[in-house]
Amino acid sequence: MKLKSPVEYFGRALVERGATDPDLVVLDADVSASTKTEFFKEAYPDRFIEVGISEQDLVGVASGLAVSGKTPVAAAFATFIVGRAWEQLLNTVARQNLNVKIVGTHSGLSPSADGGSHQSIADIAAVRVMPRFSVVVPADAPSTGCLTGEMIDRRGPVYLRLSRGATPTVYPDDVELSIGRAETITEGGDVTVIAAGNMVHVALQAAESLREEKVEAKVVDMHTVKPLDQSAVIESAKETGAVVTVEEHSVLGGLGGAVSEILSENYPTPLRRIGVMDRFGMSSRNYQRLLERYGLTPEAVAEAAKKVLKVKKK
Amino acid sequence: MPTSITSVLREVSRRYNVPLEELRFHAQALRSLRLIDYGEAPHFKGVELTELGIFITNLTMEDEPILAGDLVQTKTGVKPLGQLLKDIRRKVLQMVAEAGSGHLGASMSILDILAILYFMKMQHDPTNPGWTERDRLILSKGHAAPALYAVLSEAGYFPEEELTSLRELDSRLHGHPGTITPGVDVATGSLGQGLSVAVGMALAAKMDEASHRIYVILGDGELNEGQVWEAAMTAAHYGLDNIVAIVDRNQYQLTGTTEQVKAVEPVSEKWRAFGWNVMNVSGHDVYAVLDALEVCEHAKGSPHVIVAKTTKGKGVSFMEGNRFSRSVPNASQLKQALEELERD
Repeated sequence: MKLKSPVEYFGRALVERGATDPDLVVLDADVSASTKTEFFKEAYPDRFIEVGISEQDLVGVASGLAVSGKTPVAAAFATFIVGRAWEQLLNTVARQNLNVKIVGTHSGLSPSADGGSHQSIADIAAVRVMPRFSVVVPADAPSTGCLTGEMIDRRGPVYLRLSRGATPTVYPDDVELSIGRAETITEGGDVTVIAAGNMVHVALQAAESLREEKVEAKVVDMHTVKPLDQSAVIESAKETGAVVTVEEHSVLGGLGGAVSEILSENYPTPLRRIGVMDRFGMSSRNYQRLLERYGLTPEAVAEAAKKVLKVKKK
Repeated sequence: MPTSITSVLREVSRRYNVPLEELRFHAQALRSLRLIDYGEAPHFKGVELTELGIFITNLTMEDEPILAGDLVQTKTGVKPLGQLLKDIRRKVLQMVAEAGSGHLGASMSILDILAILYFMKMQHDPTNPGWTERDRLILSKGHAAPALYAVLSEAGYFPEEELTSLRELDSRLHGHPGTITPGVDVATGSLGQGLSVAVGMALAAKMDEASHRIYVILGDGELNEGQVWEAAMTAAHYGLDNIVAIVDRNQYQLTGTTEQVKAVEPVSEKWRAFGWNVMNVSGHDVYAVLDALEVCEHAKGSPHVIVAKTTKGKGVSFMEGNRFSRSVPNASQLKQALEELERD
């Protein structure tokens, strides 16, 4: 499996868009070497704004640019740009429906060696609760490139959540996805696995192993957690009668929460959530081992699928 | 002894028969003539008359200015400035009393400066609020919304009758400024955020080579917020001389004086240390404020802050200080306050 870096695809997509969109302005909080906004900084130094280590100011400055007709893309580590500047995102960006794009890199457990302080397990929930915000969690590098463009085209506030480092690819480089429309990657009639971010690849691996046990799993890439593709969720539940959600985020308030909300009101379906079980992250020099410790593995997903199948209505 | 640029300008205007309005835009020329001094970048200081300036103004100055008599343009025609300020104060009192809540003290302290900005300084067009070349204003101390609304209405952004709908359901005049109100560019209310937004707007203006200015009004209590100082660093770092911050130094915050709650002094030295051009004025002295604003237009290379010493609850004797920071006048207090405004 080829590994590609989502942040690099993000950085390159910005440069590409910068060539044709003179209003595109990119801001960073002294982490441009990690978020890869440094590509844009190099290409268009006059439209790159270094705000320094001050995420609240970063979001405020981006807001002022948006008020003035620019399309600002502000990037920093997920837990800091969302957590530190949450109230700025709510009160200044979302409340005024500003055309501000927030990009949180190093999300989930991906900054594994840095430990719990730098990992981000609550950002999807924290942004999802804000009116007007879209929340986009690409599955891999190619879809990150595509969804970066979609984000810039979409009016209003968008949160793009990216992983650190190179990740397994799910899509070819020329993939085309739309914000708000879920992508079914594998069809299957027994159980639906709805995943986001790096966990889409994990879900696909789980589907493969389930197939060996004669369980056909449908795998849906829910790259947009908000606005959630409700009909895709409900239709999948009707088709398969059993659902598993998988995310590299707390099981509270994220993708699992969003899917549960929709299904419990519209089509109650046996469901299990795979994610970080209401606890903090920790250091691990090896990212894969950390995912295993937190149960974010194909085995865990397959196990959850079998459990939910047991309570599925015949 | 006259010590304001305006006094000097008036004298020059009279002697050389040049219209005063034209001269207002030439503070730099006055400096070249060595009549005034405001330092050199990056070490601007508050504007001062030079010895020569003092000499010339002393030659012929009479006792001026006569503030209350100066005419300003409002939507209902020209009005003496003193009358305008009284009218706005009256409206603020009435709307807060009608709403049953609102920050009266903080509205009254910044009211004169808001009126000066909208009626005597800013380029703006109430018939075209989105005019791209307009100067922008962010009321970062959003709780002074009643003063802003009264000024915007007086300028013609929306009908006066709307003022008494303050804080009511479906009103366009929310408790704190929102962009639903004509003339409001930036929603505020959560303290500490306006200066960052001003920085973004100022950067955008520089990118677009636009010459408009961004005025941002901060409370002195608001300086407790850390984000203000993040933004102060950013503005200075980028040399955003198109930002004019005004600190409403009314010396009180919600539960006490600023020095009791969390000492903010020395305020001016803080801003100076952050790389700003700092001026200190009395916020109720119209010409002092105008002079300081004038310097901001000519001094280049760093952002400007005017630390305006003001009186919370200004204009009504029994409201001055912190007594009406959170409370609202009852019917008899309102009557008494309105009578006092009429008397003065």
